[in-house]
Amino acid sequence: MGEIMKKDQFILGIETSCDETAMAIVKNGVEVVANVVASQIESHKRFGGVVPEIASRHHVEQITIVLEETFEKANMSVEDMDAIAVTEGPGLVGALLIGVNSAKALAFAKNKPLVGVHHIAGHIYANRLNKEFSFPLLALVVSGGHTELIVMREHGSFEIIGETRDDAAGEAYDKVARTLQLPYPGGPHIDRLAKVGEANIDFPRAWLEDDSYDFSFSGLKSAVINTLHNAEQRGVTLKKEDVAASFQASVVEVLTAKTYKAAKEYGVKQVIVAGGVAANQGLRNELQLKFNDEIELLIPPLDLCTDNAAMIAAAGSIAYDQGHRAGWDLNANPSLDLEKYSLRGTL
Amino acid sequence: MEKFEFTSCTTEETKRLAKKLSLLLKPGDVITLAGDLGAGKTTFTKGIGAGLGVTRTINSPTFTIVKEYMGELPLYHMDVYRLENSDEDIGFEEYFNGNGITVIEWAIFIKDFLPEHRLDIDIRRKDENTRIITFFPKGEAFEKICEELVG
Repeated sequence: MGEIMKKDQFILGIETSCDETAMAIVKNGVEVVANVVASQIESHKRFGGVVPEIASRHHVEQITIVLEETFEKANMSVEDMDAIAVTEGPGLVGALLIGVNSAKALAFAKNKPLVGVHHIAGHIYANRLNKEFSFPLLALVVSGGHTELIVMREHGSFEIIGETRDDAAGEAYDKVARTLQLPYPGGPHIDRLAKVGEANIDFPRAWLEDDSYDFSFSGLKSAVINTLHNAEQRGVTLKKEDVAASFQASVVEVLTAKTYKAAKEYGVKQVIVAGGVAANQGLRNELQLKFNDEIELLIPPLDLCTDNAAMIAAAGSIAYDQGHRAGWDLNANPSLDLEKYSLRGTL
Repeated sequence: MEKFEFTSCTTEETKRLAKKLSLLLKPGDVITLAGDLGAGKTTFTKGIGAGLGVTRTINSPTFTIVKEYMGELPLYHMDVYRLENSDEDIGFEEYFNGNGITVIEWAIFIKDFLPEHRLDIDIRRKDENTRIITFFPKGEAFEKICEELVG
């Protein structure tokens, strides 16, 4: 067999768009060599959310430590990298800048190609570290800042067919958790309580128009807050577990039903779940039940659901293969548009 | 201090009012929106966005604090709720002195950073659908805008 040996490709990924300072090395776009995440969740707990300036200060403190640890774990050096991929947006500008400038400094010093990555493209590509994609595929992206349904017909192409019109699913989780006086981040706590509670409160489901794949969680959030306030005024104590279970039932039902309907309509071969809320056990169970063996369902392992840099390196690998290169003028773009980002790759 | 009141009976009416307001604004203008959860702050912002020619969906900026949209003028939509108990400056001056329109929810948490001249708007829920929208212009230019809008 005259097989040509292809040289292995190594991409360094850098992610600092929000809470986490993360770096990772991924081989050939599909294999994690090293994956290091320093989280700031401890310091944000005090504030019940992300505070931008604190976020950037922590990233500055962490980034060189994370860099050293990543290369140590991989037993490699920057010289071994084919390219450096970094999240350029969306996110908090002060936080993004730390990653972008570190990437530029490394790339410039070691004369390596630089690749900008869209954070959500990264979340989707976290799944490719698990299993090869088959197109067309549908991605449900659910996190603190996003709730989107995205169709991909080929690598690097993203079409948003539905998105939230108000709050993101993860944001609704955080706000409801705050009302229930649960610690930040609220999602895992609600998930845990929901498991033992009973969904006995009938909270609304926002289906919107028949043909719409958009989401709305603001009404649900208000309904939960009103229910809690009314109970308090009447001197009734609602079980936190039941409120959590009822709230989660509404979110999960809408997410699952819309994803299923879209998967059917677009005739996709795979359904991918991405983003921090993909770690939610209630959602994972319901999606598995609904899709059964009908359409292949990919849910990343827990450590790849939340923000990490392996996903940025994985998405960066495809962008690199497609000839995507960023210049030295690469800048943090807090409102980077996914569809425009995907078009850029094909130019 | 002068104030202007408007009663809106539907979300459509609120959006129309916000759209009309947006056409009277100029680059660098700052608007604050106060009101409880569900009062219609996001609805009002969607109306401003529509008036500025923003075509993307305007949704909650709570998580990222600021969302930027490109219309005929840029729209900076901020929710500074997460900055409660923090005196951090996330570069407000650059937004306020920039070439876009800034809309701020929960502005009370950053009151030390707010420009002197601005338009404060309070949205109050009267019943299920009715909202009392009160404008508190700070500065002559905004008074004129309010007179034209509601007067």
